[in-house]
Parts: sequence; structure tokens; C-alpha cells
Amino acid sequence: MGSRASTLLREEEIEEIKKETGFSHSQITRLYSRFTSLDKGENGTLSREDFQRIPELAINPLGDRIINAFFPEGLDREDQVNFRGFMRTLAHFRPIEDNEKNKDPTASEPLNSRTNKLLFAFRLYDLDRDDKISRDELLQVLRMMVGVNISDEQLGSIADRTIQEADQNGDNSISFNEFIKVLEKVDVEQKMSIRFLH
Amino acid sequence: MDGRCTHAVLLLLCLGSCLSLTPPAQPFVRQEKASGLGSNSSKGGLSLDVPMALRVFSVDYYHVQAPFEIVLWIMLASLAKLGFHWSGRLPAVVPESCLLIMVGLLVGGVIYGVRHSAPPTLSADAFFLFLLPPIVLDAGYFLPGKLFFENLGTILWYAVLGTLWNVLGIGVCLYGVCLLASGSLGDVSLLHCLLFSSLIAAVDPVAVLSVFQEIHVNEQLHILVFGESLLNDAVTVVLYKLFESFLRLPVVTGVDVLLGGCRVLGVGLGGLGVGLFFGLVAALTSRFTSRAQVIAPLFVFLYSYLSYLTSEMLHLSGIMAIVTCAVTMKQYVEANLSERSNTSIQYFLKMWSSVSETLIFIFLGVSTIQDVHMWSWAFVCSTLLLCLLWRATGVILLTAVVNKVRRNVVTFRDQFIIAYGGLRGAICFSLVFLIDDFPKKRLFITTTIVVILFTVFVQGMTIKPLVELLEVKRRKRNLPTVSEEIHSRLLDHLLAGIEDVVGYWGQHYWKDKFEQFNQRYLCRFLIREERQARSSIVRVYQELERRDERADEEHITHVDVRCQTRPHLLEEMDSIRRILTRNLHSFNNKLEVVTKVALSNIHHMFADVNILQKQIPAYSRHTLHGTPAAEGRKPLRRHQSLGGKHSPWSQEVPDLSHYSETYPTPRNRRRPIKTTRRSRGLQGQTPQPRTFMLGRNNSLDPLEPSCPDPQKLSYALDNKT
Repeated sequence: MGSRASTLLREEEIEEIKKETGFSHSQITRLYSRFTSLDKGENGTLSREDFQRIPELAINPLGDRIINAFFPEGLDREDQVNFRGFMRTLAHFRPIEDNEKNKDPTASEPLNSRTNKLLFAFRLYDLDRDDKISRDELLQVLRMMVGVNISDEQLGSIADRTIQEADQNGDNSISFNEFIKVLEKVDVEQKMSIRFLH
Repeated sequence: MDGRCTHAVLLLLCLGSCLSLTPPAQPFVRQEKASGLGSNSSKGGLSLDVPMALRVFSVDYYHVQAPFEIVLWIMLASLAKLGFHWSGRLPAVVPESCLLIMVGLLVGGVIYGVRHSAPPTLSADAFFLFLLPPIVLDAGYFLPGKLFFENLGTILWYAVLGTLWNVLGIGVCLYGVCLLASGSLGDVSLLHCLLFSSLIAAVDPVAVLSVFQEIHVNEQLHILVFGESLLNDAVTVVLYKLFESFLRLPVVTGVDVLLGGCRVLGVGLGGLGVGLFFGLVAALTSRFTSRAQVIAPLFVFLYSYLSYLTSEMLHLSGIMAIVTCAVTMKQYVEANLSERSNTSIQYFLKMWSSVSETLIFIFLGVSTIQDVHMWSWAFVCSTLLLCLLWRATGVILLTAVVNKVRRNVVTFRDQFIIAYGGLRGAICFSLVFLIDDFPKKRLFITTTIVVILFTVFVQGMTIKPLVELLEVKRRKRNLPTVSEEIHSRLLDHLLAGIEDVVGYWGQHYWKDKFEQFNQRYLCRFLIREERQARSSIVRVYQELERRDERADEEHITHVDVRCQTRPHLLEEMDSIRRILTRNLHSFNNKLEVVTKVALSNIHHMFADVNILQKQIPAYSRHTLHGTPAAEGRKPLRRHQSLGGKHSPWSQEVPDLSHYSETYPTPRNRRRPIKTTRRSRGLQGQTPQPRTFMLGRNNSLDPLEPSCPDPQKLSYALDNKT
């Protein structure tokens, strides 16, 4: 990835980000100022420590995984994310607007489509990126969310039941398609959207 | 079916005539005219006074008059409700409220015919102090909290601004009409019109509830209309009292108007504060009820009613107080109280609110039969028209603004239903009686009655076909799944995290903050240590397991084909095997086992109601739950999902312990047995239809909310892993 020593955002960059993510000009500038405020080292990229400095994120049960989601493949400690990568991740949470649904089908799917949103959530479970949520991966996430009051056996039963509810091909793990099917009644487009201020 | 219907009608008529024959009573019902007491006494067979001889048989009616008549009215209401539900296809077409009003009209007509005077009307005091609180408490207790708070901004927007818009619009336009028709309506001043519009503009929660729960629209729409009807009480109360006091003032200045505006805020927030206070005190009290569980439900009702009365005393909004009280104390009370107490609370709430609602509608019908009605075509028709018009425009305008800020836009169809579903009800009716007397008061009363009848009958009956015609999004009948719960939680955490990254203080941020505050301070203070709140995921899971258990057992013990899915033979074998294995551990004789299984089924049926409200968010007056059979849920294969019968969750040991002495084995620790059930009734030694762990790792889950007995608690804590 490399670090870009760019403290100012150039117009062509803004245009590129706009095309790639669909954010508007004002949103990009606003998010850029947030980016720079998080970037304590002032080298134009964010490291994991920068994220961990956000206080509420530290106490979020899924904090580490969310931070991981910003960094591309490879859990290298030295990873840095530049503004483009930052925006690309955040683009998943843009609300779906109606006029986007009529775009021509040949264009590649926008980052904030329902499938991509679900893929983002899926990747929170699936650490090893094998496109399957195994029982252990599920257990890890459950443990993080449910807290310490539950015994391992009980947690295991919950995990088993979850897998059983979703699993259709009997491989005792949840594939991405099964994941989509489970969440088909949940309004993911609304749930996974943040109203970025204009 | 028709035979039963006619029986019901005959019974009602008999009751009606009984009521008509009774002499006028105080204090429950108010009499319009003093009717001939003397003529009635001979008909009614009242106390015969023959002083000299000793009577063997005498009737002293006056001794029991007041409670007797109250009971008769309640009986009439309940029988009407019963008859309604037995009457075949009628419930599908006509909403219950309409039928009850018609019954009331009938009874009122009978009474009028017999007595030749106006029948008793609903006194405003009785309505506001006795009939309204149970309904609002019921609504508040079963309010889908999450949905409500997510939409709170929109609801407040509609409630406050919408009501203001309606009141001012209708008031001013009515005054215009009065000016135009100054021949007949000349003496109605602007303030009178505003006073009238303040009471007629408000949407009534009782009517809305009773109609909406039959049409099953999507939860968001339901909560918008319903929440608005609850919260606009603050505005209505203030405006009504404001205009009333303006009427008594010689001169109204601008300062007074400004003060009035501040009062809206004060009344709303004051009601909120009172409710919060009582809610927290109730939660704290419930923490200490473990040793006297029988009266624990009483505290819920007492504190809620107290909050209502206190805020009424202080001229604050009673409805807001009682709703806030219920919402506040609900989660703590449910965690602190045993399952039975929770069930009692829910059942009593439903029962009282049902009776209240029925009584209100019947009295509405009865009170329509009045001696003196003042009619004015101009006034009545214009009121009706203006109500509809202003509500429609208000909703459209407000929604246009609020859609810019909302995540879920309110569609046009939803808007139409919101506007059309603005029903008026008994609150308007009672308020209009409370107006100070002035020449045109009768006109107001008549108009109010007409508006209420119109909205309830016309709008109430046509809203269901309209909903179907417009294809409004309906309530999804989801069965809860653990997966959905888990994934929803994941998404919540994810969104909260992303909001933190972006630095945006959105909904998730505040929700998260509140949850942390709740966990750290409130729960520690208000919930008993043993019962600290479990994660919602675990609760959903346990609930599902319990339902599957019951479904399995019902297949065994009830051979009837009420359940829509026949289980596989394999599952039946598995269930039988489980039950037998369970029984192997007991040392009772078979008879007691069978009795106990049957009894535990009954307890399961009661426990059935302990449904997690967040799974069935739409509020329903008549039912607490759906039975597993009715939902047609196919039980998951137990042998697959939970790895056999030694799973810590699956073994359910019904309350065998009452009847025998079993000594705790290392594997199978049952709690130490108590004496017979008779001795303690519903106290701590109640049967526990709850899972006992039979696994190796034997923890009677200390987080189960049904361990009231301190003995069991210490044993449970010992076993805590």
C-alpha cells in the first residue's frame, strides 16, 4: 500500500473517490477532515493504533474486528490504510438511494449494494476468509457479544442451533449464500446505513 | 353458531332490562334526571317494610345497590364481548368497537324505553380515574420499546406539531363557519371553538388500539399511529385546560398564550418525570419481593396507578406518566419477579384493559341516547369535514419534512393510513362533558358524539378493506430465530463502531451509550444479584428451546390434531425417549410422574405467555402469544441440534420434586424437596417448569428468572461454573 505524504486532498482524487464510492463532494471533504483528525502521525495513513485510540471503539465488543475490516487482506502489523481505503470501507454504509437501483446492470455493483453490505458483515465472522463461517468462528463472535456469564457448553449449543437454522447443505458451517438467506427478512439496507451529514 | 348468537342476544337483553329496572345509582353512573324512584320500587321488588311481623324472606336492594349495578354493567360488557366472538363471520367484517357501541345503543334504548328518561351516562371522573388507566398501562407495558424509541422523533413530531396544527386549524375554521351561520351559531365565540377543537382534534389511543390490532399493518406504521395517540395527550390536556382557563379570564393577553406554550413542555416533561420516578421506585421494590411473591404483581399495578393519580393531581399528563412508568420498570421487574408473577401481571393487565375498553364502548353507545340533542347541520358537518381535512393536510406536510431526516421513509400509503386512522374516542366524549355550561354546550356534545360514531364506524369498518386495497405493508409473521438475533446484534455493534470511527453521534451511538449506562448502574441497583440480565441472544435461545419442548410434549400428551405439522416418527421417539430418561432419574411412582407431566404442561401453557415482546412487536389486545401449534412451527430435530440428550439445555425436569424426596446425586442435582404444594400456594416452592441441568457441568443456571427460593439460590450459586 505504501504511505502517501498527501496532506491536502486534490481535486482529481476527490473525483476518483466519488466515482468509486458514490459519496458526494461535501461528504468526502468532511470525512477527510475526520481522517486527518484521527491520523495522529500525520503521515496520511491510519494505523491500527490510530483506530484503537477512539474511546468507544475500544469498548465495543467487536472493536478489533471492525478495525480489521478497514485493513486489506493480510493481518500484517505494519499495515496502514490510506484515505482511499478508508473511504472504500465506509462506502459500504452509504444508504442506498432509489435512483441507484435503476443503473445499468453492466456497471459493477456499487459498494453499498445489499450483497456487498452482507459480504462485509460476513467477513466479520469469517476471519480466515475461506467463505464459510465455521462453528469455531461463530463461537468466537458469540463469546465476544454475549459476555462472560455463559458457560462454554451453553454457548456451544447456541452456536449449534444457529448453524442448524442456516445450514442447508449439511457441511456444518454457514456459507455466504446461506448467510444471505437467513437474513433475507432483515432489512439490511436500512440497518447497515448511516446518514452521513450533507 | 347462530343458536349461540341468539342466546347471547337474549342474555344481553335480559341484562339490559335488569339494568333498566334498577333505580338510579351513585356514584358510578351519573343520572341526567331524577327518575321516579317510587314507581320503580314496586317493580323492582325492593325492600318491603312491614314492621310488625317477622319476615322470613326479604330483599334489601339498597344495601348492595352500587356494587351490584357495577357488576351488572361489567357482566353485560363481558357477555357482549363473548357473544361477539361467537358470532361467526362478524368479527372479520366489523371491528369489535363498533359492535360494542351498537350493544350500548341497544341497552340505552331499552333503558330509555322502560324508564322514559335518559340512561346513565359515563361520568368523566369514572372514565378518567377508573376506565382509562388500565388500558394505557396495558399499552405501555407491552409497548415494543426498541421500535418506539427508534421512531420517537417522528412520533413526537406528529404528536406535538400535528395536534397543534389540527387544533388551531379546526378551531379557526369552525369559528369562521360560526360567523357565516351567525343566525344559529352566533353566540359561539372563538375561544369556544378553540376549546372544542382542542378536544376533538386529538386521536384517541383506545379507539386506535382496538381498530388497529385487527388489521395487522407493519410494525412501523402501527407504532407511529399508536405512539402519536399516546403522546398527544400532553398537548391535548394543556390546550384544553388552557382554553378553559382563558374562557374564565376576563381578558386574554399575549403573555398568557406564551405561558400556555411553556406549559405544554412542562406538562409533558412533568408527566415523564413522575412516571420515571415511580417506575424506578417500583423496580427497586420488586427487587425485594422474593419472599412475598404473591403480592409482587400488585406493586406493578399500584405504582403505575399512583403515578397516574399523582400526575393528574399536579395537572400533568397522566397518560404520559403511566406509560413512562410502565416502560421504565418493565425490564427490571421482569428480571426480578418469578415467571408466575410475570404471567399474572400480563394476564391481569390484559383482562383489566379488555374489560375497560369494552365498558367504555358500551357506555359510549348508552350515552348516545340522550334526552336533549341540539342539532345543527352546519356545525356538525363542517366539524366532520374539517377534522378529516386538517388531519390529512397535517400528516402530508409533516411527513414531507420528517422524511428528509428519517432512515425509513414513510410512504404515501402509510401516510394515508396514518391520516385515516386518526380515530376519536371516549376521551373527547368525557372532555366535552366537563366544559362549563353555556348555551351551546348541548350542540358540542351532539357534535362530539357524531364525530366519534362516524370515525369509529365509518373509518373503523373501512380501514381494513382499504389496507388490503392499497396493499399496505403488513406485519411479517416471523418466527424468531436465534440466527436473526445474533446477526442483528452483530450489525448493531458494527454500526455503533462505524459511527464511532466516523465521529457521527447517531442512533446507534446513543443506544450504545444508554445500554452501557443501564448495565453499569441501573441493573446493578435495581435487579437482584442472582438475576442480572442475560444477553438477549441467550434469552431468545432459551425461549425457543422451551417452545420446542412444549411442542414435543404436546404431541405426546395431546393427541388432537390442533398442531398443523405432524412430527416425524423419529422426533416422537426421541421425545418419548427423553421423557423416559428423565423419569428414570426420579424415584417417584409412575402415577405421580404422569400427574406431574400433565401439570407441567399446564405450567408450560402459562409459561407460554412469557414471550419476548421484541419478537412479536405489534401490540395485540386479545392475545398474549401464539401457541407453538398455531404457528405451525416444526420443531428442530433435537437429536441433531443439541448432540443428544445429555445437552445441558434439553433436559427438562418437571416439578417432580414436590411430591417426593430425592436426594441430590452428583449427576442430577435436584433441589431439596419441600412439603406439599397445598401448604404454600404460590409461594417459593412453586413448581418450576424450568430447565434443570442434567449435564456434567451442573449449573442450574443462576440466571434463570425463576429461582425465587433463597435455598435454591445458594445451591445454584454453589453450582455456578
